[in-house]
This record gives sequence, C-alpha cells and structure tokens, in this order.
Amino acid sequence: MKRALPIFAVLAALLVAIAVANPFFLEPAGFLAFVKRAAPLVILAAGQYFVIISGEFDLSVGSLVTVEVVVAARLIDGDEAATWPVLALVIVIGLLVGLVNGAVTTLLRVPSFITTLGMMLVLSGAVFLWTGGAPRGALSQAFRVFGRDTLWSTLILLAVGVAAVLIMRANFGRTLVATGDNERAAALSGVRVTRARILAFVISGLAAAVAGILLGGFAGVSAQVGQGLEFSAITAVVLGGVVLGGGRGSVVAAMAGALTLEALFTLLNLYGISGALEFTVQGVIIIAAVAAGAVRLPFSLTPRKGDAHVAS
Amino acid sequence: MSRRKPFLVALAGVALFAAACTSDKPATTANQAAPSAAASSSATASSAAGTGEQSKFFVQADYDAQLAMRAKTAQGPADKPWEQAIDPQMVSTSEYKKSGGGYHLCFSNAAVNNPWRQVGWKSMQAEVALHKEITKFTALDAEGKDDKQISDIAELTGKGCDALIVSPNTTATLTPAVKAACGKLPVIVFDRGVETDCPVTFINPIGGYAFGADGAEFLVEKVPAGGKVLALRILPGVDVLETRWSAAKATFDKSQLQVVGVEFTDGDAAKTKSIVSDYLARHGKLDGVWMDAGATAVAAIEAFEDAGVPVPAVVGEDQQDFLQKWKQNNLTAVAPTYPTYQWRTPVIAALKILKGEEVPKTWKLPQPKITAENLDTYLQPNMPPLHYALCGCESLPGFPETWGGKK
Repeated sequence: MKRALPIFAVLAALLVAIAVANPFFLEPAGFLAFVKRAAPLVILAAGQYFVIISGEFDLSVGSLVTVEVVVAARLIDGDEAATWPVLALVIVIGLLVGLVNGAVTTLLRVPSFITTLGMMLVLSGAVFLWTGGAPRGALSQAFRVFGRDTLWSTLILLAVGVAAVLIMRANFGRTLVATGDNERAAALSGVRVTRARILAFVISGLAAAVAGILLGGFAGVSAQVGQGLEFSAITAVVLGGVVLGGGRGSVVAAMAGALTLEALFTLLNLYGISGALEFTVQGVIIIAAVAAGAVRLPFSLTPRKGDAHVAS
Repeated sequence: MSRRKPFLVALAGVALFAAACTSDKPATTANQAAPSAAASSSATASSAAGTGEQSKFFVQADYDAQLAMRAKTAQGPADKPWEQAIDPQMVSTSEYKKSGGGYHLCFSNAAVNNPWRQVGWKSMQAEVALHKEITKFTALDAEGKDDKQISDIAELTGKGCDALIVSPNTTATLTPAVKAACGKLPVIVFDRGVETDCPVTFINPIGGYAFGADGAEFLVEKVPAGGKVLALRILPGVDVLETRWSAAKATFDKSQLQVVGVEFTDGDAAKTKSIVSDYLARHGKLDGVWMDAGATAVAAIEAFEDAGVPVPAVVGEDQQDFLQKWKQNNLTAVAPTYPTYQWRTPVIAALKILKGEEVPKTWKLPQPKITAENLDTYLQPNMPPLHYALCGCESLPGFPETWGGKK
C-alpha cells in the first residue's frame, strides 16, 4: 500500500483543483455526480488490474462495452419487461468473452496482446454486422437507472471496489500476484497458473459488462460508447503504480488511478480545454509511468524479484 | 522503498503537464486541439460573442442563397416533397433516353453507418421496388472508406448499369472517380456533393447554412438578450457540418446572446452529457443549447434533468427520441432537418433521365423545420427512437415494419 501513496496525493491535489474551479464540487450532489461519471472507468480499471497484475493485457474491454450496450438496446427495444433477462445476458456475454480471452491466451499460448486485440476486432466487426453499422432499439428505464441514478451507480461502484479488495486479500489474489511476478516460480510452488490467468480475464470481462450497464444507463445507446476505454483503463492502472508485466501494485491504487484520470479530464473540461487533449494526456501518463519503472532499475539496492518473464 | 522517488518524479511530471495545460489554455487549445479556423470556445479572445473565427469553409454567396431559399415555394406536388424542387433550372436528358424499360440501376453508397443513412437506404430500396421498369438494382456499400468507394464506382461503371447513383463519402477525393464515370453513363449525385458539374443532376436539400441558421435564429428569438448559449458540434473539418456552424455563428454574432462555449462531442452521447454537465456546473445555468446535429440532443437534455434544473431552449433534429422528449416535457425546442426523403429522389431522377425527361441541374429539395406547431405531425410513437421523421416513407410498401416500426 505504501507504493500507492503518491497516486492518492495526486488525486487529492486534482480534487482540490476541481473544487477551486467549481465550488459546486464540494457539495454532496456535485461530488456524487463526479463519482457517477467516474464509476464505469473505475470498474474497468479494477477488472484490468486483475489481468495486468497476472502479467497480461486486456485490450478487448472497450469494444466489449460497446457490444454490451448495443446488444442490450436491440434486445430490450424499450420493453421494460425485458430488462432483467437482458441484464443477465449482458453479464453472461462479459464472462464468456473473458473466458475465451483467458483460454486462448493460456491454453493456446497466444500472447494476450494479440488475443485481446483480435477479440477487439472480432467484437466490433460482429456488432457492425449485426446492426448494419448503427445501433437500433432503446434501453428501458429500469436498465438505465443503474447508470443514470447517482445512488445506484455509487452503490455498484462501492460493491465492486469492496469485492476487488476482498478478492486480492484472498488466496486467489496472492496466487495472481505470484503468477505475474514469476510464472515459473509460482507454478513450481503449486500455483495453478493457467487457471489463475483465465479467472483474471473472466473478471475483466465481468467488469466490462458492469461498466457497459453503467455507461448505457448514463447516456443511452451509442455505437461509440466504448471507444478508447481499453486505453483509459490501462492508463488508470499504470497511473495507480501497477507495473506493466505484472507482479506489483494494489487494486485500490488502480481504482484511485481511474479516479485521478477522470478528475484530470474533468479539470481539463472545466478550464475549457478541448477533449482532443485527453488522448495526449493519457499518452504522456503511460510513457511517464512506465519510464519511472525503468529508471528505477539502476538504483535498486536489492535485485528485483521475478525478472524472468521480463528478460525472456 | 528505493522505487518511490523516481515514481514521485514521474508523477510530478504528470502534474506539471496538467498544470501547463490549465495555465495556458488559449494557446494550448489553438495549437493542439483545434487547428482549423473554426476554433473552440477558449481560443476566442478575438470575438466578443465567443464564437471564434469564421470557418474557412464559409462561402458568403452560398450562405445568402440558402437563407433566401428557405422562403421560396418549391415546385412540384406538395404532398411529395421528395419530388419537389426549388428554383429548378431544367436540363435536357434526351441523349440518355433508353426506351423499353428493363433498366439496370446502380448505386454507390458511402456508408450505412448511422441511423440517418439506414433510414434513407431503406427508403431508397422501397422506392426502387415501386418501379416495375427497374429490373435490376445493384448497390455497393463503401463502408465509409474513400478508397473502397473509388473502386466501387469503377466496378459499377463496368457492370452494364444504365444509370449510376452516387452518395459520395467525401467531396474532393471522390471527384475524379465521379468524373471518370460521367464519361460512360448518366450519373446522379445526392447528399454530399462533388467538385464537378458532370453529373446529370445533383440532388440535396437546401443545405447546412439553412440548417444551422434555423436553430440559431430560434435561440435568438427565445433566449433573452445576454443569455448564455452552449454550442455543441460533432467534429471539425467536415463541410456539411462546418456550414451549419458557420451560419449559426453568423446569427449569434449579430445577436445579444453570449456563446459560452463551442465544444466537439464526437457524436458521443456520454461525452455530450458530461460536457453539458460541466458547463452547467461552471456557469450555474445555461439559457440555450445549439447543436449541429440532433443525434445527441436527448443526452444534452438529460444532463439538465439529472442536474435538477429546467431544460432551456434546445435545438435538435427530427429523430423520434428527441421529438418524444420534446412532447413529453413540453420543451422549448426546434428541429431543423436534413430530410432522409432525399434518398427517394435519385431513383425518380434516374427514371426521368432514362425516359429522356428534363430534370433540374441542381435539384434542391425543401428542408422543413419542426416547430411546436407541427410537432404532432412528425411524432410517431410506433417508430423506433432513432427513426428520422422526415423519411417520406409512410406511403411506401412495408411501412412501418421495414423501418423498424410497429403497426
């Protein structure tokens, strides 16, 4: 947790800066509105954390979010009665995509970068085919309440946060960190590496499904809803001090990283700086954070643990 | 612990970067985010109205012509606006006459990647089905790619088509391909234009200036002097959207309204909602929202609802979700349109050409706007939320199911 402290300092500084620019932010309603907007990215970052800590990437979450929203809208088509079955289906799709990502990466030994990049293309192509290029249908009010109502989205965010912390405290969490740190050592000491990684991808898929439900609720049907989210999630995790390549970092810091990123975007928006700059900011953050990890090496007093997968 | 220091340095770097952004906003925005002349709100020190520089796409003569056209009465059957034309200059087509029917029509489509194009594409297919003399209809979808459309057009000119309909993906890039096709068969262009007058006819509604001015004039009328208006645009650099904004800018510049921001939404509902929420937080209230396209109008309205403040005067489009919201909440709103019924006209034009009948060289279709008075005429609760009301498809076979509606 100590490693995570800087991100909280940055987050606090950004929150203060937002409050200075916009005093409404200090009121409960103003702050909760921010939490509501940040919730999908925080949840995605939590999911992405599990994959990254185990030494992999998940680039498919953005298009998975789009698929979930577009599919939900088309199946519900404004019919309130269809809400719950479709919600269940959305969750199942998320789990399934995660399972396929995990299985292909571990069992077929395809690098996760390629697996999930492929999945991203497959999903966006499939959704294009199915919809003919533009979303159809409409989400029901009961579906939208999760993302639109501040209380609901805050509660869901809290639940996801608590669950993520509990998972990392459980045996499975330690298994995952060990896998990402040094796969061979973990395997030799009895960790079922393959199973751990597949589960990490499944969790990421589930997180994308939940984020899709929140995002669809927030703003309604859109074919662009998930665009670029995979990079935002990875940026958030890296910003939280989690090491790309796995083995180090806390899930709380990853989620704080997502809040920080969202706070940064809000601040840019408040000062009237165009949204185009968001990508530039993300790019700088990723490079800076990873560079920080590399610069550290010569100064290390103790040899780094688990460099096997980095060197290979 | 050794790792903490460099990490802190990196974070400080990030923080510095953020600080640099915030302390230097006009320069940053002008240089990085909005290279086109139609700059965003923050690069607008030069303009008192807060609307920035005029777009480089702005052509005064076209602007004047379009604004004047709005008041003119179109010729042709009043109940079939897709057959009407404003100020038509007829040209002879006898050289293309092909008697005996059995026509093979071909269509190179830019894309079907948004609800507007989907509604239009269905109407075009239904129009083709109406005419027995069309025995074959070949359509290729360029999927929004210029290079694919160039090869599509080349392919279609070699397929024995009697006439070619083109809906260009972009104006300049497709011009040579259309020119090449003109030499082989009669070409009909609609929606976006090309930079050549070789097509037999070019069909589109009045245009972007009229669209943009319709919305802006409504706000000037409804919002009290000094009121704060937020302008939302999809993206810069596309002529049909630039003209909408430049006409609105011209209107706002002449008014007492204060344009507090001009933002790009990428057509994304979530982003639109966030931008509107941020402006509401920053300015306390907004008195009007102008949009260059209405697809995200409902998201903008929801931002006001979720903030618990009354929805101000808004500009939308003829999509059903917006019309429904308008009716339900009794909004102060207007919906300029870019009617999808223009997808029927090229088929009608092609048949006229093949029969040797005169057609207008520039076929300008009427471009009505939806107001509180005629809202009920266009609101169709049985149609899907993303359906465009001005499809002119109500009388076509298969309506409403083909367009996703319920009987």
